[in-house]
Amino acid sequence: MRKISDLFKQELKVINIGLLSFKESLDDVGVKVIQVDWRPPAGGDQEVMDALKKLLGK
Amino acid sequence: MVVKGIIKKGEYYDSVTLMLVARDATSLEGVKDAAVVMGTEQNKSILETSGLLLDMFKDASDSDLLIAVKAESEEAANKAFEKIEQLLKETRSKAKEAGEYMPKSLEGALEYMPDANMVIISVAGKYAGDEAMKALKHGLHVMLFSDNVPLDKEIELKKYARDNGLLVMGPDCGTAIINGAPLCFANVVERGNIGIVAASGTGLQEVSSVITNEGAGISQAIGTGGRDVKKDVGGIMFIEGMKALEEDPDTKYIVLVSKPPHPDVLKKIADLIKSEIKKPVVGIFLGGDPEVVKSAGAIPANTLEEAGLIAASLAKGKSLDEFKKILEEREKEILAIADRESKNKKEGQKYVRGLYTGGTLCDEAMLLSRQIIGEVYGNAPINPEYKLKDSWISQENTFVDLGEDEFTVGRPHPMIDFTLRNKKIVEEAKDPSVAVILLDVVLGYGSNMKPGEELAPAIKEAKDLAAKDGRNITFVASITGTDKDPQGRSKVKKQLEDVGVIVMPSNAAAAKLSSYIVKNLGGAK
Repeated sequence: MRKISDLFKQELKVINIGLLSFKESLDDVGVKVIQVDWRPPAGGDQEVMDALKKLLGK
Repeated sequence: MVVKGIIKKGEYYDSVTLMLVARDATSLEGVKDAAVVMGTEQNKSILETSGLLLDMFKDASDSDLLIAVKAESEEAANKAFEKIEQLLKETRSKAKEAGEYMPKSLEGALEYMPDANMVIISVAGKYAGDEAMKALKHGLHVMLFSDNVPLDKEIELKKYARDNGLLVMGPDCGTAIINGAPLCFANVVERGNIGIVAASGTGLQEVSSVITNEGAGISQAIGTGGRDVKKDVGGIMFIEGMKALEEDPDTKYIVLVSKPPHPDVLKKIADLIKSEIKKPVVGIFLGGDPEVVKSAGAIPANTLEEAGLIAASLAKGKSLDEFKKILEEREKEILAIADRESKNKKEGQKYVRGLYTGGTLCDEAMLLSRQIIGEVYGNAPINPEYKLKDSWISQENTFVDLGEDEFTVGRPHPMIDFTLRNKKIVEEAKDPSVAVILLDVVLGYGSNMKPGEELAPAIKEAKDLAAKDGRNITFVASITGTDKDPQGRSKVKKQLEDVGVIVMPSNAAAAKLSSYIVKNLGGAK
């Protein structure tokens, strides 16, 4: 089974969802990081989002 | 006075970017107030309280950008709009110029970086939980910076993570250091053999910085978010973090940092130390009973600084007696400075005003101060009877945490934006009963990049103002950070000392010094 401590042996590679500054500071210290161009699902409309979740069976 | 607005449908920017843009727009001539926010319900109610909620904004959705400006004239408002558009454009083109591919989703990012192992999430709380679960299901560790994630979601995420050997740091986790990389608001520390598990962000920063400044280093620093050690979450990640450090061959010593955990959680921690943890453990549970830490088989520390010093001493092969000598010397120094600073005060000057940006640092300062000068007032005091009636108005000995909600709504955190604290510094200096102003300065990624340059003018203004009235105010500060931080601890220290600030080696030392001055002047309860 996978363990948390396995992470400590690997090179850290990060996906950043949200504040761009967090990605920039990782760039600065040489950590590999990719920024997701995130926006609210279903345009932030709660009803549409709930309907989508149902449709997708989540 | 005119109030004008623009809606940009479907244009999304992160909140920190927007708040900094709004701050720049507000500083333009003729502009009284400006807001640049996404059209969430929460943001709309903030606009309403500041009189900026125009009719056109009422039907806007979370993905619409709202820009509102209150200005002296139509012309000034238009100029502000131009400036805002220009700043937003610059943000976008900066990202594009870098020529980097920006996928629209986690799945898209994984196609590009299939061996990714960590996801940092800082989107609005109501979306953050779903994104975190998605990441876990892809086998990725998660750092959840966002707050306002529902409690049941946190429990669901952490149980899933525990069962699948994954980390969930947060929600509301501001700091972590994994494999040497400072994540979110973390300091650049030396690598070494001390591992930390912390349910407090600035607590982790203070301890890891002290360790680095003492010449030792950090293997891993795992943040859990403050709610992890409460009854409902039951310390799931705190416990998993401890186990992971026990298994990690590069970690030789373990430091635990938290406010007092729920008794059930504390028992779990104690049981784990007794049954599974073979490495020496140092524990600081701020405001908790050191005996409890001791009975769990850990070495208790009274302050964040002490926790760092004990761990660093162990790592450097020194005995605990040697560490105690360092502390005794420091105490003598503090008393000597306090005597010196008590002599140059005018009649009536006898109180301290602590203006804090770090929540845990504010808590620690209050805990230490009340032992020396009795109960202190605050917006989040230790003793609820001493809660300020109005968080904006200090009385007697007061410590305010400027990172609390009443100060941060609609503006960036005070660790990033110094405008509010600088204003408070000057305000406090007008009060003839103030003898000491105590400040925390937190360095590291995510924080203000020029703390020395931005603080110095306000301190100078405050000192000059008091001097005109024949008063001398002692400024005491601590700097949480290292010389490897982008701001550079030594550089910031010099900038502050140049305007007459006494910079102490830790928050605990700064709080003690301030309190001894107050005690000498008769300001204790």
